[in-house]
Amino acid sequence: MLTRRAALCGAAALALMIASPLRAEEGPDPTLNAKAQTDLTAGLERVKAKLLTPPLVMDHDQVAKGGPKVVQFTMTIEEKEIVIDGEGTTFQAMTFDGSMPGPTMVVHEGDYVELTLVNPETNTMPHNIDFHAATGALGGAQLTFVNPGEQVTLRFKATKNGAFVYHCAPTGMVAWHVVSGMSGTLLVLPRDGLKDDQGNPITYDRAYTIGEFDLYVPKDETGKYIDYETPGDAYADTVEVMKGLIPTHVVFNGAVGALTGEKAMTAKVGETVLMIHSSANRDTRPHLIGGHGDYVWERGKFNNPPQKGLETWFVAGGSATVATYKFLQPGIYAYVNHNLIEALELGAAAHFKVDGAWDNDLMMQVSAPGPIVGE
Amino acid sequence: MSIFKYGTVAAISLTAMAALQGFSPLPDDAALVRIEASSVIYREPGEFLDRGTPVNGPLLTIEQNAPISIMRNQVTRGEYEACVQDGACLALDTKGDAGLPVVGVNFNDAVTYASWLSAKTGENWRLPTDREWALAAGSRFKDDAYTEVSDPANPSKRWMAIYAAESQAQEAIDPTPMPIGHFGTNEHGLVDLSGNIWEWTTTCYTRHHVTESGQTQVTENCGVRVAEGSHRALMIAFFRDPKAGACSIGIPPANLGIRLVREDKGLLQWLGL
Ligand SMILES: [Cu+2]
Repeated sequence: MLTRRAALCGAAALALMIASPLRAEEGPDPTLNAKAQTDLTAGLERVKAKLLTPPLVMDHDQVAKGGPKVVQFTMTIEEKEIVIDGEGTTFQAMTFDGSMPGPTMVVHEGDYVELTLVNPETNTMPHNIDFHAATGALGGAQLTFVNPGEQVTLRFKATKNGAFVYHCAPTGMVAWHVVSGMSGTLLVLPRDGLKDDQGNPITYDRAYTIGEFDLYVPKDETGKYIDYETPGDAYADTVEVMKGLIPTHVVFNGAVGALTGEKAMTAKVGETVLMIHSSANRDTRPHLIGGHGDYVWERGKFNNPPQKGLETWFVAGGSATVATYKFLQPGIYAYVNHNLIEALELGAAAHFKVDGAWDNDLMMQVSAPGPIVGE
Repeated sequence: MSIFKYGTVAAISLTAMAALQGFSPLPDDAALVRIEASSVIYREPGEFLDRGTPVNGPLLTIEQNAPISIMRNQVTRGEYEACVQDGACLALDTKGDAGLPVVGVNFNDAVTYASWLSAKTGENWRLPTDREWALAAGSRFKDDAYTEVSDPANPSKRWMAIYAAESQAQEAIDPTPMPIGHFGTNEHGLVDLSGNIWEWTTTCYTRHHVTESGQTQVTENCGVRVAEGSHRALMIAFFRDPKAGACSIGIPPANLGIRLVREDKGLLQWLGL
């Protein structure tokens, strides 16, 4: 075999060899096996999803209409410099579709996710995608490795319901790509929607995506954050900081203050909000100050009954947690990582602005602050 | 430039080459090895997809187009440090013995060193291509095809086969840089090839597709270069420390270093160019 190949020479051989590759030795003809596998998506309805930039979540049906579909997505990988805090610290981000986290994709259990992943020529690195919701090929990573100037399309069946992290996973650089921003959430809803432990439906009026990121920005001798020109320039120093396991920033949606002020999430009294909290790399513990988690799927998987009435919930690194809360009072709510050092010193804090009428029964100031008068 | 020169050389017979040497003496520097002719069974680098299914690149016998002058030894830390002292090269991340081969350099460091050395000597130094490296390595060139298994119906067969072959081939390499000569000399007189230091080449990572219609499409990513040693590694060009992992092909190299080629000026001068 080797001799025959070695005997061929030059460009003609190149073309020839590519045209007649060697196949697996076992079995008469493995392609027969391929033909035997019917394409089960053939007759299915195909719909194109319109992704939105987080914290917004794409339009979707809470209860599936009709049978399984092929839901088509396109995401373009963007390597870009962003500013991650109020001091103007720059960061060489790598993103799915330009945002940290990448857009939240929504399908129903039994649907097929068909993603076209585009790596434009303007990028400097190969990338891929590992879907925690997918089965096989390292979550699809082995079948989606794209160089700058390439695109690939992967289809997988969403067989398990729940909120699942997706992230980039190129061999040798997985951790770096993930902590550079390459993660997001795929929400696979049960076809008949969310349920409480009694099987009663749970619905929501709004959904928001909070992606938590631990960032590791190198400093110079004077303690100033270093401004790099390309991800490649930042690579070696960043890995050194990463290996110390102490993030310089812990942020929601890519930057300190990405979900506060003008960019705070909004709701009205009486509305139920679905909060999807992903953390691709590191454990965290969200807490809604002044509110609660009515129903919380701590591991994000809806076949398990939700926990009820939580104060703080856990997000295991590499997973997404789903919580609902019906706002009962108006005002500003802080939504934080309740390691308060990470929330208030490193950045992991967001706000909800909630409009509506105050309920004195739930809370009132019986007596305003004043001089101490005793009993 | 180099394409033109190889074309020219190919047009001149070996006899003419011999005559040529009389006119313009070719490098006889002890630091260089002059290889007049060599051939090697060579696997085209990169990834090959046949209608979407990964297959091995073609294996062919290649021969030198022209004599080549290549460094006998790998560039030492001391030599690289001189470039750093001159303000041209970036400082290394670690300290070490100046007499040992330099390690911990990325592709850009290697290219910068070559252009600094060229400016310093008035000569034309550059990294070899993967082909040139293979021809110079001779018996020390290793085919990087781990398996012939490729099943369009079941991609996992190839992953399993490559995993098994790599695990078998994987021997623990002590990454500690060793004194020059520790890894011996090949049949052309090159020292320490395929020891514990991989050498950067200029060859970019390419993906060859044969499409349904039989057309061949090639995409190239020069952000990833071939580093050569006891196995071929596709490395991100800005990696200095390869232990983080080779890109796309399994076993990472132990170290990354430099060995340069010196372009002949003699021929062009002789031709009056
Ligand atoms: Cu990536």
